[in-house]
Amino acid sequence: MEEQIIGRVKRVNGPVIEAEGITNGMMMELVRVSEARLIGEIIKLSGACAIIQVYEDTTGVAPGNIIYGSGMPLSVELGPGLIGTIYDGIQRPLERLAEISGTTIQRGIQAPPLSRDHQWDFIPALKTGDFVTPGTILGRVQESERIEHRVLCPPDVLGEIISIVDSGAYTVDETIATIKTSSGNHNLTMMHRWPIRKPRPVTDRIPLRIPLITGQRVIDTLFPLAKGGTVAIPGGFGTGKTMTQHAIAKWCDADIIVYIGCGERGNEMTDVLNEFPKLIDPRTGSSLMERTLLIANTSNMPVSAREASIYTGATLAEYYRDQGYHVAVMADSTSRWAEALRELSGRMEEMPAEEGFPAYLPTRIAEFYERAGYMQNLNGTEGSVSLIGAVSPPGGDFSEPVTQHTKRFVRCFWGLDRQLANARHYPAISWLDSYSEYLDEVSPWWSTRAGDSWARNRKRIMELLQREVKLQQVVKLVGPDALPDSQRFIIEVCSLFKNAFLQQNAFDKNDCYSTIEKQLRMMDIILLYADMGETAIRRGVTLVNLRRIKVLQDIVKMKLTVANDDIAQLDRLEARLIRSIEKL
Amino acid sequence: MTNPNTLNLLDKELLEGREYIGVHEIDGPIIIIKNTHPVGYRELVECIDTNGHTRLGMVLDTSSTAVAVQVFEGTSGLTLPGTHMRFRGKPLTVSVTEAMLGRVFNGLGQPIDGGPPPAALVSRDVNGLPVNPTAREYPRDFIQTGISVIDAMNTLIRGQKLPIFSGNGLPHNQLAAQIARQATLRGENTEFAVVFAAMGIKHDIARYFIDSFESSGVLDKVALFLSLADAPSIERIITPRTALTLAEHLAYECGKHVLVIMTDISNYCESLREISTIRGEIPSRKGYPGYLYSDLAELYERSGMIKGCPGSITQLPILTMPNDDISHPIPDLTGYITEGQIVFDRDMNSRSIYPPVAGLPSLSRLMKDGIGEGMTRVDHPHLASQLFASYSYVKDVRNLASVIGEEELTALDKQYMEFGEEFERRFVNQRSDENRDIEESLTIAWECLSLLPAEELTRLTEDELDEYYGR
Repeated sequence: MEEQIIGRVKRVNGPVIEAEGITNGMMMELVRVSEARLIGEIIKLSGACAIIQVYEDTTGVAPGNIIYGSGMPLSVELGPGLIGTIYDGIQRPLERLAEISGTTIQRGIQAPPLSRDHQWDFIPALKTGDFVTPGTILGRVQESERIEHRVLCPPDVLGEIISIVDSGAYTVDETIATIKTSSGNHNLTMMHRWPIRKPRPVTDRIPLRIPLITGQRVIDTLFPLAKGGTVAIPGGFGTGKTMTQHAIAKWCDADIIVYIGCGERGNEMTDVLNEFPKLIDPRTGSSLMERTLLIANTSNMPVSAREASIYTGATLAEYYRDQGYHVAVMADSTSRWAEALRELSGRMEEMPAEEGFPAYLPTRIAEFYERAGYMQNLNGTEGSVSLIGAVSPPGGDFSEPVTQHTKRFVRCFWGLDRQLANARHYPAISWLDSYSEYLDEVSPWWSTRAGDSWARNRKRIMELLQREVKLQQVVKLVGPDALPDSQRFIIEVCSLFKNAFLQQNAFDKNDCYSTIEKQLRMMDIILLYADMGETAIRRGVTLVNLRRIKVLQDIVKMKLTVANDDIAQLDRLEARLIRSIEKL
Repeated sequence: MTNPNTLNLLDKELLEGREYIGVHEIDGPIIIIKNTHPVGYRELVECIDTNGHTRLGMVLDTSSTAVAVQVFEGTSGLTLPGTHMRFRGKPLTVSVTEAMLGRVFNGLGQPIDGGPPPAALVSRDVNGLPVNPTAREYPRDFIQTGISVIDAMNTLIRGQKLPIFSGNGLPHNQLAAQIARQATLRGENTEFAVVFAAMGIKHDIARYFIDSFESSGVLDKVALFLSLADAPSIERIITPRTALTLAEHLAYECGKHVLVIMTDISNYCESLREISTIRGEIPSRKGYPGYLYSDLAELYERSGMIKGCPGSITQLPILTMPNDDISHPIPDLTGYITEGQIVFDRDMNSRSIYPPVAGLPSLSRLMKDGIGEGMTRVDHPHLASQLFASYSYVKDVRNLASVIGEEELTALDKQYMEFGEEFERRFVNQRSDENRDIEESLTIAWECLSLLPAEELTRLTEDELDEYYGR
């Protein structure tokens, strides 16, 4: 990359720098500030002046320091070697940085995001004379045990292959093919660069129709997310946003997980780094780290890199989508990203809108969530990016701007409830505030697997839960004894449903995720109890007797005792339940 | 570290010695000075008043025309023409050494106990540098505090940051002192070094801590950084940073286990708001600056463990919630950064339950990896979960009872009321000098739970119930 001097520092105020004497600056250009070569980006141009946001600590930067331009926007490197790596917000590989500068992140240090030494076994898919268009698969590399990396023609190259290498080991910066284009010959390597703020092009969007199975019962059964969909998880501190995100990252059926730790705790990223390699993906039998990319910009790392980390993550996700994979992006937390926007906006002395946030906040949120989707890629494959964004509303108040604007642009909402979290009911997803607009889209998929029982059961239990809320209000006023047994039984069923089904222990080997078969059967049993109990009460059986049946204890614990591959046990449980109630 | 300034070394040395006489503007703790040489952002500044006394400051904003400096020791007594300024060309550093244990310092690390400055060989930037997440060691060593409600339900882990959310008039100081006295690791004979940072608290509270450390004979393992209520409020901004710089030195370079007590974070945040207002920054919630989260994270994230280092930093920040409001920006943002919180409840305090730890909103996020078989006891995780679930139901029953009267409750609900009472009186409540080991705490918890019918204890396994229920 060619560097040239484009100006000098005029004023330093935190991560925002005013520059003067700008001769050849470009909006969103990547620049380096002072002799420490701090990475920055031009965010405003005005005459010979420019505003630069710097992605590192600016201590020591003084007026008069030189600014070096790179002539290109802030970009990420895309190629084999991304999987299993942990990057910071501007794609610096943190493990390499630790080798260079030890336990702390020194300023101005750099390392290429993709290792230049590692040799990958490249198998070409095309031959000389073939015509390539943007996105064409040039060849394949086995990137991790389970991910086959498809080396793509960059989205801006089109022409005829005049030479392509044979199968063999190459590094990411060795030429693997030469393309004759209208603007001359173009050498391609296994990697290319792409600006983070520009969505990668696709042929078309495809309607969503497949659910993203997360193994979390409350999500899959009550509030499903579609592959290519968007969801927000808002919740005050301690309500389990991160735990929910971790659980989904571990067990959902996406091919690739991009986990963005945006302005959160350092120890949480360490936890992921420790835990994921040890966990085995139930679908493939390989380690979960084999499908995971991590982006860590913890709360004490520079605030502007936090702003960039969201886009870095989205770009990496789109790159794997272009290879025909289903990618799930976890952004934890988008509120920290919005706050980074606010902080930078404040330093630039922009006019604030709500609560100090800049007026362009909703636009930025919309732009981010629109990068999700189920796509027909340029090369004809299909892939999806699902975005799962945690939101940390101040004081747990969902009426604040970030939650409200996010709600406008997502179609699924898993609201976390403080009271559930206080009772250690996890995942604390509230069944009253949450919703999913993907129900109709994913219903056909469920029908092909379970007939109409999924949609029917879901509707039935949601009705029961709604009725329970009303009944609880009465109970709060006059006590439960005032209600007839038939109504108290509804409360009883809902309490069973909450304990036995909705609540899920993320640390139990059987309960940490449930297959859809297990979920369907569990639901059947609970609703069977509801139906049979209702008839029994009409027959004159008292609630006390109904509650006393022994098998209920086993139903509450079925999530823990019945393994995912042994759901035949549930049939026996069901038979026992029928016998017990009939005996009454 | 290379200096980013474009001036060559010779020029720099010359300019460092240069002293500017007279400043342009003084506003609160901020001095504006014009027509200087290019000054680096966050550079250390010496500000000499008419009596020849030197005050330290830091560059907040620098441009080719004017430089804004915040002076940590306040600006009272300074005059526009009579103030001399010297820019040191390096960030604010503090000299640190193990010999600082047992001494008392002000917020800038200067001794105020009458002794000479400790002979220090290393000096460190007070702001520290962000720790690479890959270099962190995940904390999982159980610290026994001897306090049942913490050990059994909100376990403190070595390397954790666990704040106490308190209110005015609640016994947070007693609890912090008790933890500092009693904290031990099971099966190990390591003692904690304590770094104590006081921000804007009153003299008698500082006295209380000193006396408490003295009476338990640990004063020589404690370094105190005091910026009390009568010190300039701006000094509070630097106090926790100085203290944490020493803590990092002790933990990562001397291999000690350090317990950092910071009180009161609310005062720190207020100073931050003061500076922000004077600088005319756009406020976010309740007038606090938009960067309050990042700023608090710079403090709290300086805890934990590093791979390959024997030491650790455990933080115990104390904050008083203004008007007991947990959704106030200070406790709110703190809760988003720290690994849990211990929340005090005024109602429990007025029923003279000590420590008045509110059961439900309190949380320890690192607990899951530090308890259970081989660490505490095999039934601990399920037991803790059951206590939370049952106690949460007690709260519902109490609400109901306050409407319909206790007499009208069902038999089961009455049992819950009894459990709630026993739980608060016997399990939560203990003397401030009572040191219960974890087995004792768990035993009391089982005795309380045994007041409930076994089929209500859905979060415990059959084996656990067989072994402990009703014994």
